[in-house]
Formats: sequence, structure tokens, C-alpha cells
Amino acid sequence: MSEATGTARVKRGMAEMLKGGVIMDVVNAEQAKIAEDAGAVAVMALERVPADRRAQGGVARMSDPDMIEKIKAVVSIPVMAKVRIGHFVEAQIIESLGVDYIDESEVLTPTDYKNHIDKWNFKVPFVCGATNLGEALRRINEGAAMIRSKGEAGTGDVSNAMTHMRQIGGEIRRLTSLREDELYVAAKEMQAPYALVKEVADTGKLPVVLFTAGGIATPADAALMMQMGADGVFIGSGIFKSGDPARRAAACVKATTFFEDAKVLTDASRGLGEAMVGINVADIPEPHRLAERGW
Amino acid sequence: MKIGVLALQGDFREHMAAIKSAGHAALSVRRVEELDEVDALILPGGESTTIAKLARSFGVFEPIKERITSGMPVYGSCAGMILLADKLANPAPDQETFGGIDMVVRRNAFGRQIDSFESKIQFAGDTLEAVFIRAPWVDSLGAEVEVLSTVVLPDGGSYPVAVKQGNLLATSFHPELTSDLRVHTYFFEQICKSHIK
Repeated sequence: MSEATGTARVKRGMAEMLKGGVIMDVVNAEQAKIAEDAGAVAVMALERVPADRRAQGGVARMSDPDMIEKIKAVVSIPVMAKVRIGHFVEAQIIESLGVDYIDESEVLTPTDYKNHIDKWNFKVPFVCGATNLGEALRRINEGAAMIRSKGEAGTGDVSNAMTHMRQIGGEIRRLTSLREDELYVAAKEMQAPYALVKEVADTGKLPVVLFTAGGIATPADAALMMQMGADGVFIGSGIFKSGDPARRAAACVKATTFFEDAKVLTDASRGLGEAMVGINVADIPEPHRLAERGW
Repeated sequence: MKIGVLALQGDFREHMAAIKSAGHAALSVRRVEELDEVDALILPGGESTTIAKLARSFGVFEPIKERITSGMPVYGSCAGMILLADKLANPAPDQETFGGIDMVVRRNAFGRQIDSFESKIQFAGDTLEAVFIRAPWVDSLGAEVEVLSTVVLPDGGSYPVAVKQGNLLATSFHPELTSDLRVHTYFFEQICKSHIK
């Protein structure tokens, strides 16, 4: 049997298996178990959730390998971990740990303000953030096998996630309405490779799975993003910064599957206790907004 | 013939597309009323623990089990194979399966995502490209189970990756991620046709 590992089909296919699911940020093995028991499709292992990073400041880096291994040891669902934008050595380390997906994330402090990681050099698949279609296609061109629309992480304010889902969805719809001879200029304007622009124009969707992230704190937020066309959701601070994480996590999982059923969403929203308090994105000075990191 | 796809989580849209390409009606199944509508069911790829939990909490777990027992044709890919196994070699704590195929399945048997692969394999006498993602394999099986594909590892170990028992079909790999309809067609022609009027 001749087998090929690390192919685009295998990397993108992995993301297909996560669709309709919730990926939860966890900082220790105990939280990872709660997430798995609640029905999360994967966990993102990190040292501090974005809400705490915001509060504590400083340079945010990849997590300690020991901490990632402890989480890997207690759950059977896929484990993801974050590396800094452009920090390909952090990515080499995370890959060698046998993590299932790497998030090249703006939530950590960027390492390279011009280049992202050449993700084709890795067998492990990457997910990257995007605020618009051009950014998403540049990441896919660099080898990203999954895209998540960026929100403003660690705020509990879903407004940025909404903006970016509308932006990406709107740009895709616009491309499908263009004449063939207008796609060249469209590619130039969105600073994305023509071949990918043409593919999106032909198919009406990204060539990889599109999740959404940033500021999702309630079952209603999760369902909103699904109704906006997301294939699934990342929930960061929203679960473990709330009053009853196990219950909220299970409720968000249900809401993501039954995102069009108001009755299920109503039941899922009942009695969840305190939601994360949150910060309005408008109150964060622009240089401190994470979603704007990425080039 | 109405073919349902369990649409709680995973790559159910790809299976729906394959059903339609093969010329059949495809229905997504999340509720008992939807299950009652279909003649056969596909269990998609995804996270087997998540799918089983959602099936339980929305009251379709037992009804699916009953339909399997009463002879409904079911095809499961990857997580779907796990859900059709009578027994798991390495279940998550309290992990449930619908069962139906007399086999012991090992989850993530080929390893983690970094070990996921694609390969040409033999399926029921045909060669096809198969995509394995954190895939399971069959550790052991009962006398009633027919093996349709086997993968031989570099260390010589040989494991079934496609099996059939009665009206139930399971594959470790994901034909729905390729444009090749042969596994779906096998399910519709060899299993569903003879059991559905």
C-alpha cells in the first residue's frame, strides 16, 4: 500500500469532519474533559484565554509542551494549539507534539509583521484567521486548510465576528456575480491569487471550511454565526469565563447543531447562569484590537 | 428511495451531495419525524462522541438503534463505522454506539491527524482512492461479517477498513470527500435496492 500523508485533501478533510461543531479554548486537563463531555468536536489548548491575556498584558507565546501533552492525554477528540503569526519554529515544535491542528493566531503576539508561516512545509494542518476574503485567500495560498473569520477575541462582544462574516460572505457573493474578464481586477484589488479568486467565483464558497471566532458567548451567538453561513464556531473565553461552564458548553453545542430551530435555541438559552461580563469592542483602543493583526 | 443522512455534526453535506449525484433523494435527519421519512440512513464522518451525545439529547438515539435492528440499510463512514460497531476497543468514557455490526473497532487506530493519509485500496474487487482521517480500523469481527477492504501496514499488520453485515455497511475512509461514487453506489445497488420496495 502506498500512502501519502499531509496532502491538501487530508488536511482540508480533517476540517470537514469538524463542521457543525464547537471548538473550545481550554487551559488545563480539567477544562478539556468538561469540553469533551459537553460535546465539543475539538479543544484549543492554550495557557490563558484571550480575556485573561487582555487583562494581564505582556507578550503572548505558544503554550508549554507539557501543558499541551496533559490535555492530549485526557481527551480523545482532536487537540489544537496556537502559534504566533510567522513563528515557524513554534509551529515545528507543536507539530512534533502530534497536535492535530495548528492555529496561526492573531490572539498571540505576532512574530513577523510581513510574512505568515509557509504552511505547505508542514504535515499538520493549519487554521488561520481572516477579516475579509482577500486575507482568507492569502492564507489558503500559504497552505491554510481551514479559515476562521476573526472576531475580537476575549471580549464577549460578537459584533466584530458579525462584521467579518458579513464581509467575507458579501465578497464571495459579489465575486459570483462578476463577468469572467472582471475577475483579474477583482484578484488585484483583494490582493489574492487569481486561481483562488476564480475558484470562489465558480463555486460560491471558500475552497476550505469556514468557522467563525471571537466574542461568541451565548448559544444565540453561536446560532447567529451559523445562520450567517459559518460551518462551525470557536468559543474562547465565553465558556470558561462564565458562571456554569459545563452547562453553557453543552448549550452552545446544541445551538450550533439546531441553529435554525428557535425552540431548541430558547431551551438552550435557559438558566445558564452568568455569561462572561465582557468588554465592548468600541471601548478598546484601536492599537489593542487583535483582529487587525494579519497581513 | 429516500436516503437520509444523520445531520447532527460532521461532513453530512458531502454525503447529501453524493446521494444526489447518484440520482436518489437525500434528506437530512436530526429528528425522529425525519428518521421516519427515510428508507435508509448514512452516518457521516465527524466526531463519534459528539454525534452520539447529540443523538441521545435529541431523542433519536434509541429510534435509530431500533431501525437498525429492524433491518433499515445503514452506511457509516469513519465516525459512522464507529457508531455501527457493537464494541469499541478504546471508547471514550461512557461512549455509546448504535451497534449492529458484530465487530470491535479501534478509534483513531492509524494515529493522530499527522498520520492521516490517502491511498489506493481494493474495495469489493475495484481499486479506489481512499482518504483516511484520524481513521478507525476493525480489530476483530464475527463470522457474519464480510470484509470488503483491508489495509496492510508496513509492519505486516492487516486490518479490515470496509465491512458489511446484512444491511449494514461501514468504511474507515471517506468516499464522500472524493468525487468517486462507487462506495455509495455499492450501498444503494447491493444493499438498499433489495431491501427497499
